[in-house]
Amino acid sequence: MRLNQLPINVTQRVKKVNPFTLMPEIEHQLADIGFIPGEKVTVLRKNLFGGDPMMIRIGLSTFALRKQEAELIEVEDLKDND
Amino acid sequence: MTESKIHFFPKEPLVALVGNPNSGKTSLFNLLTGGKQKVANYAGVTVERKEGKLDLGSQSLRILDLPGVYSLYPRSLDEEITCNVLLGRATGEKKPDLVLCVLDATNLRRNLRLVLAVKRMRLPCIVVINMMDIARKRGIDINLSKLEQELQLPIVESIGIQTKGDKAVREKLAAYDFKTHDNTLNSTEISDHQLIEADNTVVQGILKRMGLDQIIADPLSDRFDRILLHPIVGPIILFIVLFFIFQAVFSWAEYPKEMIEAGTDFVSQFISNLLPEGWLQSLLVHGVIAGLGGVLVFLPQILILFFFILLLEESGYLPRAAYLLDRLMGSVGLSGRSFIPLLSSFACAIPGIMATRTISNARDRLVTILIAPLMTCSARLPVYALLIGAFIPARKIAFGIELQGFVLFALYAAGILGAMLVAWILKTFLSSQKAFHPLMMELPNYHMPSFKNIVIGLWQRTIIFLKRVGGTILLLTIALWFLASYPNPPLGAIGPAIEYSYAGMLGKALAIIFAPIGFNWEISIALVPGLAAREVVVSSLATVYAIAGQASSAEEALTPILQQGWSLATALSLLVWFVFAPQCLSTIAVVKRETGGYKIPMIMLTYLFSLAYLASFITYQTALYFGLG
Repeated sequence: MRLNQLPINVTQRVKKVNPFTLMPEIEHQLADIGFIPGEKVTVLRKNLFGGDPMMIRIGLSTFALRKQEAELIEVEDLKDND
Repeated sequence: MTESKIHFFPKEPLVALVGNPNSGKTSLFNLLTGGKQKVANYAGVTVERKEGKLDLGSQSLRILDLPGVYSLYPRSLDEEITCNVLLGRATGEKKPDLVLCVLDATNLRRNLRLVLAVKRMRLPCIVVINMMDIARKRGIDINLSKLEQELQLPIVESIGIQTKGDKAVREKLAAYDFKTHDNTLNSTEISDHQLIEADNTVVQGILKRMGLDQIIADPLSDRFDRILLHPIVGPIILFIVLFFIFQAVFSWAEYPKEMIEAGTDFVSQFISNLLPEGWLQSLLVHGVIAGLGGVLVFLPQILILFFFILLLEESGYLPRAAYLLDRLMGSVGLSGRSFIPLLSSFACAIPGIMATRTISNARDRLVTILIAPLMTCSARLPVYALLIGAFIPARKIAFGIELQGFVLFALYAAGILGAMLVAWILKTFLSSQKAFHPLMMELPNYHMPSFKNIVIGLWQRTIIFLKRVGGTILLLTIALWFLASYPNPPLGAIGPAIEYSYAGMLGKALAIIFAPIGFNWEISIALVPGLAAREVVVSSLATVYAIAGQASSAEEALTPILQQGWSLATALSLLVWFVFAPQCLSTIAVVKRETGGYKIPMIMLTYLFSLAYLASFITYQTALYFGLG
């Protein structure tokens, strides 16, 4: 599942960040701010009209992401030891 | 022939502050150096390196404040500055002798990764755990000696927002021996991106062993956000807040304004009585006092506006406003990163344009630079306030809303809409590829605004304003007085003397161009020195009318003169002109510096002047049509 499809207030873990050919640096930028495999991620709220942008809790930080970049992030269910 | 440049660096050891954005580097810098750099509660306030001196008694150190970074891999211009300094590649700066790695105690999870990257560079490093007070309050207990062992680096704590919160840092620096440590071992390798996952695993391990791996978010911020960022309530609150600010700019300023006016009148009377009639009296009364007094009167309104801006900045609400307005920005093809630079432009376009360095995409950065001057800067406030005060009646429209404040709000809105329109045009006609405009903006925890920071901020604003009044505005006013007073009219001339002066002649020539938008020759002449800075138009109008009106009316305020002399159509047209016209040389100079050439400033000047003329033309002609001429 992609981060933009994640329902509000459900915590999952980051599986991977997909590259984006038109803007290669975006993948690393997302990693820099904490989107690293295994990190816990929650969608806190979405704006009206299509949920863009959305407010994300990644690790301990809170970031506003647009749908476009949230789409690059794959998430998966938490594991037992999380 | 190649020439190698030799730099002579001051002999004091150089200490650089490195850390994540918004981890409090600048607060700590200000504490250590007694500096007064701008601090606010959002990422990316510092975009340039700033230097200060720390005197430890035994020796003094040079402290360097650097833009915040999430990693040591530069992606935007401000991050590049930090990386270059650490690598010793920055022009005119040596490699730091010591790095203070400043961490936000409430978010070690993310902040510790940067320590690992700095460590890999093998620069001597002391870790500073900042915001310890907030961490303690939230029940985050950090065992510093244990962390010291884990990282194999010396660690101190600090509280950046508290006087003496830097005590431990000072002690550590005083005890540090700069001679035994050597920064030449530095590997030039930049942290590789494959390493970030490995680094994260290391950090997780450290946090787990220290019992800090629980995710404890700030419950208070989450509670605030539930209301302030609510999909429906949030935007309504934002709108009310902004609306209230503009109302306050007019309704709160009345009393201090009257006091300044009374003071100006008194000085002007006093000098008129003291000096004999002649050129010196005219220069002082018509030139200096009428001109400067005319601008000075607007200081209270500027301060009220900045009081609210500082309050919003300090609290952490600003990035939230960006979040709420992001849809609007996105729909015209603007990057979410443009918001903060554009918002800074409400104070002044210059820091706004410099803040675009945080935008990594070159095209997005350029568009933001081009539209930044359309944000209503504080230099327009005197012009707006003068014209609104003179032409818009002070009465309430529905729900106790003041009409004057409402018009001011509308002018700010017009600037924003103009900017959106220009961005949309640029997006539609220039964008070649499918655009990707990321936001990725951190929403920091709310902080209680510090009274001290707000007072310092307002004080700095006052100094900046007074410097402008005493510098640029004074000079141009004197120059204009000269041009408006000489040459003397020929013998037997009828009509006011100013019409025969250089300024009068120039004004009359320019008035031909400006007639279709309703500007008379007095306005036309005031616009010329007003090219240097917007407020100068107010002082220039005061000077021109004071000279034209002869000595007796010099004490009279500008407002009634304008009310008698101008039609409402002309006033509206001039207001609209100031929404768009690029009447500011410093902005143009900064655009040239930031874009590295004359091309962009030229494009900017052309499009802004055309837009201003067109908008004023439409306004004036429409107003004439409705009989407001």
